[in-house]
Amino acid sequence: MHVTRTQDPKERISNFSEVDLGYADTDAIAEAKRCLQCTNPTCVPGCPVGIDIPGFIRRIAAGDPDGALAVLKETNYLPGTCGRVCPQEDQCEKACILQAKKDPINIGKLEKYAADMGKHSFVKKPPIGRKVAVVGSGPAGLTCASFLAMHGVAVTVLEALHEPGGVLRYGIPEFRMPNAIVEREVEQLTRLGVVFEMNVLVGRTVTLDELRAEYDAVFIGSGAGLPYFLNVPGEEKTGVLTANEFLTRINLMHGYRFPEYDTPIKRAEHAVVIGGGNVAMDAARAARRLGSQVTVAYRRTEAEMPARIEEIRHAKEEGIGFELLAAPIEIIGDTKVSGISCQRMALGDPDASGRRRPVPVEGETFTLPCDQVVIAIGQGCNPVLLKGCDAELGKGGTVAVDRTFMTSIPGVYAGGDAVSGSSTVIMAMHDGREAAKAILARLKNHHSRIANYK
Amino acid sequence: MTFPIVEKETLNEGTVLLRVKAPRIAAHAQAGQFVVLRIREKGERIPLTLADWDEETITLVFQPVGKTTQDLAKMLPGGSIRDVLGPLGNPAEISKVGTVVLVGGGLGIAPLFPQARAFKEAGNRVVCVIGVRTKGLLFWEDRFKGYAELVVCTEDGSHGMKGLVTDGLKRVMRERKVDRVVAIGPPVMMKFVSLATREAMIPTVVSINSIMVDGIGMCGGCRVPLTTKEIRFSCADGPEFDGHIVDWDALLVRNRMYEDEEKACRCT
Repeated sequence: MHVTRTQDPKERISNFSEVDLGYADTDAIAEAKRCLQCTNPTCVPGCPVGIDIPGFIRRIAAGDPDGALAVLKETNYLPGTCGRVCPQEDQCEKACILQAKKDPINIGKLEKYAADMGKHSFVKKPPIGRKVAVVGSGPAGLTCASFLAMHGVAVTVLEALHEPGGVLRYGIPEFRMPNAIVEREVEQLTRLGVVFEMNVLVGRTVTLDELRAEYDAVFIGSGAGLPYFLNVPGEEKTGVLTANEFLTRINLMHGYRFPEYDTPIKRAEHAVVIGGGNVAMDAARAARRLGSQVTVAYRRTEAEMPARIEEIRHAKEEGIGFELLAAPIEIIGDTKVSGISCQRMALGDPDASGRRRPVPVEGETFTLPCDQVVIAIGQGCNPVLLKGCDAELGKGGTVAVDRTFMTSIPGVYAGGDAVSGSSTVIMAMHDGREAAKAILARLKNHHSRIANYK
Repeated sequence: MTFPIVEKETLNEGTVLLRVKAPRIAAHAQAGQFVVLRIREKGERIPLTLADWDEETITLVFQPVGKTTQDLAKMLPGGSIRDVLGPLGNPAEISKVGTVVLVGGGLGIAPLFPQARAFKEAGNRVVCVIGVRTKGLLFWEDRFKGYAELVVCTEDGSHGMKGLVTDGLKRVMRERKVDRVVAIGPPVMMKFVSLATREAMIPTVVSINSIMVDGIGMCGGCRVPLTTKEIRFSCADGPEFDGHIVDWDALLVRNRMYEDEEKACRCT
């Protein structure tokens, strides 16, 4: 496999610029030429949105990144995003025929190359005289808006925060997903005629009923919400915060440039990050860049970590320590954190998720000294964003939808984490696109807006 | 779209009022709710409780004590605020309960006003106990007229009764049966109001303005420690809480979390 260039670990821990520098043209072409161009490609079904993977790779091999991007955009409106954040090792690359030789095509990085190097503009169909409101400007909302706008629908995207992008903006750090990429994807939508309105919290600033009266359909892509806590003693102490708060302060609010920016962020001597997913890696690597010594504590082993392999590798290269088989039991300190006590775990039998369940090793506890604890163990649904939305809720308080992604309210659709609870960017995009298809079909079948809602 | 400032009033040396054009927020605002605002591109997001609203505008009352409120205090009609999100938080629970005592300390007097109006309109007898250090810091005394009976407390006795709002509250409690207390002000004040009503078992609601980033149920920064050990969030579950189960000491510690950084960027 031809690998991409990256920023040197020693250098990158003092900046927030993107770590992966991407392929040079010659390397991209060389990697693309390794693709066997299977007649029945196994990688395509491995992709949640069914990208024509051999098709776009063929164009890269031919030195045509514009053509490659055009192929990508037939099914994926945010390739610059997916190339960076998709768990390729569990999807397309896992299904690649060359996986048999443990050397799959580097599909993710090729996608990123095409997205960054290619030029493409969407072809817009004539207006069909219909209006749709999209709630939330994360991956689900942006994808839904793209599809509808291309098909001639007048789309307004309503975002509660002051910048568009949702999790791509507030959650995923600059060093993995530069804001410039988000801005470019949003810009492209603006050129398609999509209107973005910031500072609108649906359910509060406008009600869902008001939107239904004004628009022909509504898509809710409001994302996930409140982070989980550890529920261990001492969690209220100063210096304990969630990865959501930590990353929002850094990414959305640029706290790492405090006091040039007004939002403060604590620069710890030693930060302990709890969790093993991508968010935990993002938080750990962000803390490292703020000058902290960082330890990731995870209750299983590296093999069970849900984070992308690349993120774990990058974290290690950056000098982040891993305390595996460690489950927090108490946060210690007077009013400020001075350490975290952990229980040593061992792997037992597999649980419902198929991963081996961690079980405590009797009598083995230890303390990690630290002045900051960042909790990154997942999140639940968002009670604020769903308030004032009278749609029926499913298990765990997420929005319930049918097969067409329609909620219990006719004409109101939902997708992404608002429906799944917590999933990936690519799954949110899949939902956004499928909902958009259903919305378009509905708009074409209903001739009067009144008929929509009676 | 930005949010134009249409009126500015200096209520006293330490308190500023801005009326800001925000029709969609104004149209949906209810007593007890707040907004999160950001004044410039490099600015932070801060929560402010709504002091009033009409068809087109919202009224914000604040003291220039932090970086953002100091900058905000320098803004003039004709200027505009870059971002205002709201109305946020659950509206105050307004119903007919009998006699309601609203307790406001310092800046807390401002958000008390919409509550006084709402409780009055719901058919309650409303008593407002408002307190400041000294007469010069008092504002809106006449605004409450017609909505509430007013008990004014000053620490130095320069106006009304001499003492703290808790003294005023205790006097009202001695004189009549109180069915509900609502307290808005500094956490220390709300703590002592809650202690005062606890023994008499008067339901007491406090409004908690905690450290907050997004204000829309995402960051978990505004968590409010409860004595029941449950975790609640000011933006999602509040901003109003049962004052008798808030863990005040833990909350006071949390609110000082960014003290050092705040000092670093405060213009003195």
